Amino acid sequence: MKGYQTYHKRKIVFVFFASALILLGLMVRVFYLMVPLSEYYTDKAENLHERERDIKAARGRILDRNGVVLADNRTVCTISVIHSQIQDPETVIRVLSEILDMDEETVRARVEKVSSIERIKSNVDKETGDQIRRMNLAGVKVDEDYKRYYPYSAIGSKILGFTGGDNQGIVGLEVRYEEYLKGIDGMILTVTDAKGIEIDAAGEGRVEPVPGNDLTLSLDWNIQTYATQLAMQAMEQKEADSVSIIVMNPKNGEILAMVNVPEYDLNHPFDLESVYGDRTAEILNQVSGNNIEAANRMWRNGCINDTYEPGSIFKVITAAAGLESGVVTLEDQFTCPGYYIVEDRKIRCHKTQGHGAENFLTATMNSCNPVFVNVGLRIGIDRYYDYFNQFGLKQKTGIDLPGEAATIMHKKENMGQVELATVSFGQSFQITPIQLVTTVSSLVNGGNRVTPHFAVSIKDPATGNIRKFNYEMAEGIISDETSQTLRFMLEKVVAEGGGSKAYIEGYSIGGKTATSETLPRGSGRYIASFIGFEPADDPQIIALAVINNPKGVYYGGQIAAPVVKKLFENILPYLDGIQYN
Amino acid sequence: MASTKKKKFKDQNFFDYTLLFVVIFLIVFGLVMIYSTSSYEAASDFNDSTLYLRRQLFATILGVFVMAATTLIDYHLWERFSLIGAVVAFVLVLLVLTPLGIEVNGARRWVGIGPLSMQPAEVVKIEVILFCAVLITKMNKKRISSIKGMFTILMLPAIFAVMLWQITNNLSSAIIVGGIAVVMLFVADSDYLKYILALLAVIAVAALVVYVATHWESGSFRLKRVKVWLDPESDPSDTGFQTLQALYAIGSGGIFGKGLGNSMQKLGFLPEAQNDMIFSIICEELGLFGALAVILLFLLLIWRCMVIANNSPDLFGAMLVVGVMAHFAIQVILNIAVVTNTMPNTGISLPFISYGGTSEMFLMAEIGLVLNVSRQIRLRDAM
Repeated sequence: MKGYQTYHKRKIVFVFFASALILLGLMVRVFYLMVPLSEYYTDKAENLHERERDIKAARGRILDRNGVVLADNRTVCTISVIHSQIQDPETVIRVLSEILDMDEETVRARVEKVSSIERIKSNVDKETGDQIRRMNLAGVKVDEDYKRYYPYSAIGSKILGFTGGDNQGIVGLEVRYEEYLKGIDGMILTVTDAKGIEIDAAGEGRVEPVPGNDLTLSLDWNIQTYATQLAMQAMEQKEADSVSIIVMNPKNGEILAMVNVPEYDLNHPFDLESVYGDRTAEILNQVSGNNIEAANRMWRNGCINDTYEPGSIFKVITAAAGLESGVVTLEDQFTCPGYYIVEDRKIRCHKTQGHGAENFLTATMNSCNPVFVNVGLRIGIDRYYDYFNQFGLKQKTGIDLPGEAATIMHKKENMGQVELATVSFGQSFQITPIQLVTTVSSLVNGGNRVTPHFAVSIKDPATGNIRKFNYEMAEGIISDETSQTLRFMLEKVVAEGGGSKAYIEGYSIGGKTATSETLPRGSGRYIASFIGFEPADDPQIIALAVINNPKGVYYGGQIAAPVVKKLFENILPYLDGIQYN
Repeated sequence: MASTKKKKFKDQNFFDYTLLFVVIFLIVFGLVMIYSTSSYEAASDFNDSTLYLRRQLFATILGVFVMAATTLIDYHLWERFSLIGAVVAFVLVLLVLTPLGIEVNGARRWVGIGPLSMQPAEVVKIEVILFCAVLITKMNKKRISSIKGMFTILMLPAIFAVMLWQITNNLSSAIIVGGIAVVMLFVADSDYLKYILALLAVIAVAALVVYVATHWESGSFRLKRVKVWLDPESDPSDTGFQTLQALYAIGSGGIFGKGLGNSMQKLGFLPEAQNDMIFSIICEELGLFGALAVILLFLLLIWRCMVIANNSPDLFGAMLVVGVMAHFAIQVILNIAVVTNTMPNTGISLPFISYGGTSEMFLMAEIGLVLNVSRQIRLRDAM
């Protein structure tokens, strides 16, 4: 016991308890990390261990009102390679370049690139994908995927629009309803070590994709298809630049057809030649060789994206304002000498020798410019401007397609008598065809401003839940009485007046023709158009046909009215059978 | 005298089986964990999943002989070797600088010939224990309490610590060597005050360093380590990487763990998981219960050391055991503190469990010393 003292023992005990205390503290620390913080670190660690590959969600389909599928999905495959899992790179390069018909250099570069996953080719046919999968090459992954497919290629191309490489909407309804259509991509989770090698024992986790909602349109595939044929015929016969047809339910704004020929193939949206043929070079020249610009023009929906001078159809609006304000009645007598002088300007009637004595009704049937100038001047700038606003012409229609063009109208303070006179018969300002259809619909439907639209409802394919879309309606933009008078006048226009080429035995059709010369005047370029609705006393359907730059006869009553007539002849019996309301 | 003592062992036959079994358990458990942590990487890097296990097993078998020897040989024999041991340790550390030195992962800490290699730091640790025990036994109480005595005892350990730090760039071993010496001095000295003051000073310096690191932009490597310690996620790619990976492993273990062999972090995410950070994989695989059980085993080991030291037949035996006890306590505490990011990262291995042959062998030798002391306890006096 040499030199061994009691204090030594106390100190040894002290050292032990100090160590024990510190170890106890560390045990608390370990507990803190492993219980309260466990979830936090587990998440972080799992993020680190898991590699994910996307599973694309099926995009919602687009259906017409009767369930005809207008936009669908086709299964395609994406071929990728995982560098660390490839065992025989030479075979992989050879097989993939052969089967996928790809340049060997390109495939080699991707196969040899050191990355966790490298895409070789997407949008590969399912059969080709299956063929590669059956070969069981180590490191080659075949993931199924969806590609947008349009069964009727060009039908409704300018309204449906198409999708891009990642299935995202680019134009048209595809982009407008992107949020409902796109769905949520899923994931395949694999657990890997730090080098990215999959741990087989861990298995695969899957987050199932959520498919997008199906979109049901008010569009009727039959009417759309027939209207497209009519428009094509008219365009070919009249060698026109383009022909547009809009068919709508005037009571609620549901659009049954909207055609703008030439239409393009939705499955090949960049193919200019199939649309323009021999004129492709000329078109490309106009945009100085810019393919994208040329394609953009091809995709334009003239009914919505472009404005024009509506011409005599706008007399419907002037008549409505005149009747509503009480400055004119059907029986008011006028005399047309073939012109009307406003300030220093002589505004001519299309009938140069004049219509002579006529009342307001016959003037409307004759589409007499001097009478409408007279009525416009009676209304006056202030009131005319107020009606223009009240009828909704200053705002956009709110149609559910992107890129609607705004009305181009004189500023009120810049409007003189001459401007008022020309506006009265539809010149010197510009609106879109959809604006015209919507406004006329609202005037003849009893005075309710409707919102034109395509989308009716969306349906969640998983739950079957249906959500209907609601659209605004402004009631009472004119009185019921004025609306009724307008319908009577417009029925007369077709029955006995300038719109007689649209008359169909056994139906009561109301309508109005228009022929407008495009700017600059004197170029010899005209726009012929006709708007018609049926039945005249309680319109169920309204149609506008616009023929842009026809050759030969260019009067709306001569060439546009027959288009609407043919359309109505075919679709009215069909609509009667279906009971659209 | 020797003969009477031998007779007494036979009569009383005391032996600390608790300590022996704790140590055997830790060694075997360590081998299992080394296989678990290293097999995946060993298989993918060297195509040999048992590579690390076999190397560690080899060192452990050598260690069994060494431990048997130190258990059987009377510890008083080593008293004579304290000076020679110092020379040997000194030379071994210097050998690191010669072509015999081996560099691993940018650190030159090993010496070796052919397939055999060793870490001189481990020799230094056992030598410091022996040297301090001899010196303390030879000095009287008053001398130890004096400032001069304090310097006498701490001088050689200090030289070794500086050498380990500067020559082998091994700050952790330097801290352990210094720590062992200070604990042995503390036990030998009857005074408390100056140690408490010293402890307070150390805490103050540490607080200052933390303050400077957080409030002062500096490119210093060590200051950066302190910063990363406070917020390992601020630098997940570089210095904070290992710490963060260890925390992921610990945290993802949860209460019951993923099961032996099922760690994800050992699959290359936590590099060289069989080394200093092995405790985090124990947490991941065996959960909170496994982790606490390991800590409790070490506490049991330290407790047995305390009991043996307090019943030692003489001061020399007691001081040897205190040195070993300090060695284990410091290394276990620092390792677990580093792995759990309770203190800044510095490479310290977990006794008997982390991969490392030299460390395994010398730790077993130290346990042999303690067991030999336990064999000489006279049961009548104690327990």
